[in-house]
Amino acid sequence: MIYLGIDTSNSPLAIALAKEDTIIIEETTNLKINHSLTAMPAVEEMMKKAKIAPANLTHIAVAQGPGSYTGVRIGLTIAKTLAWSLKIPLHMVSSLKVLAANGQNFDGIICPLMDARRGTAFMAAYQGETLDSVIADQHSEVKDFILRLKELGRPVLFVGIDVEIHKEVIHEILGEQASFAAPQNRLPRASNLIMLAKQSEEQNVHHAVPEYRRITEAEANYNKAQGGEKS
Amino acid sequence: MSEDIYVLGIETSCDETAASVVKNGIEIISNVVASQIESHKRFGGVVPEIASRHHVEQITLVIEEALKEADMVPAQLSAVAVTEGPGLVGALLIGVNAAKAFAFAHQLPIVGVHHIAGHIYANRLAQEMQFPLLALVISGGHTELVYMNEHGHFDVIGETRDDAAGEAYDKVARTLNLPYPGGPHIDRLAHESNKPVDFPRVWLEEGSYDFSFSGLKSSVLNYMHNAAQRGDQVEPADVAAGFQNSVVEVVTAKTLRAAEQYKVKQVIAAGGVAANKGLRASLEKAFAEKGTPFFIPPLSLCTDNAAMIAAAGTIMYEKGIRGNMAMNGRPGMEMDSWI
Ligand SMILES: [Zn+2]
Repeated sequence: MIYLGIDTSNSPLAIALAKEDTIIIEETTNLKINHSLTAMPAVEEMMKKAKIAPANLTHIAVAQGPGSYTGVRIGLTIAKTLAWSLKIPLHMVSSLKVLAANGQNFDGIICPLMDARRGTAFMAAYQGETLDSVIADQHSEVKDFILRLKELGRPVLFVGIDVEIHKEVIHEILGEQASFAAPQNRLPRASNLIMLAKQSEEQNVHHAVPEYRRITEAEANYNKAQGGEKS
Repeated sequence: MSEDIYVLGIETSCDETAASVVKNGIEIISNVVASQIESHKRFGGVVPEIASRHHVEQITLVIEEALKEADMVPAQLSAVAVTEGPGLVGALLIGVNAAKAFAFAHQLPIVGVHHIAGHIYANRLAQEMQFPLLALVISGGHTELVYMNEHGHFDVIGETRDDAAGEAYDKVARTLNLPYPGGPHIDRLAHESNKPVDFPRVWLEEGSYDFSFSGLKSSVLNYMHNAAQRGDQVEPADVAAGFQNSVVEVVTAKTLRAAEQYKVKQVIAAGGVAANKGLRASLEKAFAEKGTPFFIPPLSLCTDNAAMIAAAGTIMYEKGIRGNMAMNGRPGMEMDSWI
């Protein structure tokens, strides 16, 4: 079994190859470079280095979102096209869960966060070594979500490079209850993605789509104009 | 005789997810287009974010269908051709990344095709091209006159300075309360009028092959506005016909003059608006009088499709042009020659 893992859901690019339970190679690049340009060359290079041909792959794992719309689409498009082309299973894992895995040993709540502008973010709450969901992945006002974390009354570990943006409001509300992942644990790691993918179900490749966790602005405006359901 | 070339084309530059297999650049083996028109209709136009979401949903299905229809397996392909630009960036990069992943999985060469070159090469699927040639590319996104003296050589001699012709059609259609996409509705209505409104013709400077449609569009809006203020009844067919007459007269005259100046052997039209009956009739009549061969591909090849991308990509492939895994969607891609 050879797994290829790809996470392009936020600005970092994370890729990895694993043979059985051994991570052969893993790479995380935290440069703000367009994934559309860099993801495939990085995969090609990594596989060349590991001397693994595309036909040797047996599983594809991809971070499904939420995150940057464009970012998750690039990862999903590459992953589903590879899986379909090679006729191998596709596994999808929440991008937030991939981040949360960086805090797997934390005794308390793990809160992965990706900024979504205007005081909002994609956030979730997980706990324990098995990363059980405490609060589901969602797009939320950062403040509202932190207030919910406060109610849990347990220590919270924040994970993700965008945590810096919201540090002030986190401190303000949670005080001593909050702690922050060390710099080396803030970036998504595709090795974590692959390990989580192994526990996930195989997806129907054609129907695999990003988990955006937010409708488009055009749809929100349209719904509002129709007096229908709100976003 | 050299071996046959089979190219898989992929096109996602706007709101059609398309894949096709073309043999030797001239024969369509399969041609699959998943249109998103229905889903953009309620917004009155293409919403880029929604277009990108649909492309992700459709892309592998469409490619699979194209191979299935062609009854071919990837190993039989010679190359993958994909629209690299211009177009909506978020839409382009779905096709580009799918094409790269597919090419990588099967270790196939990849070529990035200019969308307009694709439109021009759609003609080759119906009729061999004769050089020198003049191409009128007229669609929702483009209005260009392109001169070609051989395969892969493009000289853009005229282009729109503001709106594309199709864009002007859509905007005028909206003021007439016609559904999206408005072009075919205006075309149909125009034929019902016997008193077309007289709108101005925009010729620009003496000798220019450029186009401008935003002034004409404003004239139509002003006309509607003034009529409404006076409480006059507006006959939509007369407005549609007046607008279409202005577009058709200018486009026909400029295409005709360019064909004469460049002494071309063949004139071809391409793009969604080339399917417009009024324009088609006018161009056909004008070139028949001049005795210059004039062609328009069938409607299914005028609108966005992947067969045209495969057709253009085949020539690029034959000329030894290759892309690589770092290919990216290029929304503002210029139309450079391949040689
Ligand atoms: Zn087009």
